Amino acid sequence: MEYILQPWPWYVSGPLIAFTMLMLVYFGKTFGMSSNLQTLCSIGGAGKYSDYFRFDWKAQRWNLTVVLGAIIGGFLAAQFLSDGSAIELSSETISELNNLGFNEVGQSLLPPEIYSWENVLSVKGLSILVIAGFLVGFGTRYAGGCTSGHAITGLSNLQLPSLIAVIGFFIGGLIMTFFIIPLIFGT
Amino acid sequence: MKFLKFLLVGIFFGIVLVKSEAVSWYRIYEMFKFQSFHMYGIIGSAVFLGILFIWIIKKYKVKSIEGRDIDLAPKDKGAARYILGGTIFGFGWALAGACPGPMYILVGTGVFSMFIVIAAALLGTFTYGLLQKKLPH
Repeated sequence: MEYILQPWPWYVSGPLIAFTMLMLVYFGKTFGMSSNLQTLCSIGGAGKYSDYFRFDWKAQRWNLTVVLGAIIGGFLAAQFLSDGSAIELSSETISELNNLGFNEVGQSLLPPEIYSWENVLSVKGLSILVIAGFLVGFGTRYAGGCTSGHAITGLSNLQLPSLIAVIGFFIGGLIMTFFIIPLIFGT
Repeated sequence: MKFLKFLLVGIFFGIVLVKSEAVSWYRIYEMFKFQSFHMYGIIGSAVFLGILFIWIIKKYKVKSIEGRDIDLAPKDKGAARYILGGTIFGFGWALAGACPGPMYILVGTGVFSMFIVIAAALLGTFTYGLLQKKLPH
């Protein structure tokens, strides 16, 4: 039990993610979380505005069920399967983020400087979440997949387009992390 | 009942991503700064094993649970959409610290401000749908 409550090392987590993909493939489906964004838009009536949202969303109910499960899994893991230990980040990461004004680095999954209501309900804080979310939604559908669809499933299936997409993920992520995050948070 | 297995896979996925800390903004920052092996280990071992799984499925023509052929559709050819879309996604991933799976999982952990990110992601998806035919693919 002790080992379950502690954070899981990469060599346990990575294979379990591969197993998640294997299960979905064995069930005759595929592992791709960002498709659900398209499905939710379609359910919301976006088909009136673009062919992209005109499809039988009911055929995607299985994937929405995976999302529902993922939310429940997040709840179970946080409530019952965690001992509250801090994330063992590298000391470089901690000191860099301290310098950028992050004060509780690794104490919880997400920085309160970005996700606490106090910060979210400011113009800057709200803009950060809205812009970040928009870029994720736009980018992942443009690229036709996200971390699960391209980085895990696509690469596992040796798809060149997925490798190109993952290179894109890193170009964007590196520019954001090295150059833009210091501008947003550094004072 | 046929949805139960998908619910269980989702629950399993949610637990694994929380326990692996892959849903943590800090872990994503650390990854993009190359300051820890953790995330590379997770993705690398998942892909290594994934390649093995898919190879076995193809080699032995494993059938799905419903007895059908497992057909993994190849991704459409092209480069522009993957590099451009991927880069845009990367900006958002590094800033939010969450990609489309973790967004939902983090709501489950009790981070309700994540609903704003999800709503914005839906708006981004909607915008892509409107512009799709005008963008290079």
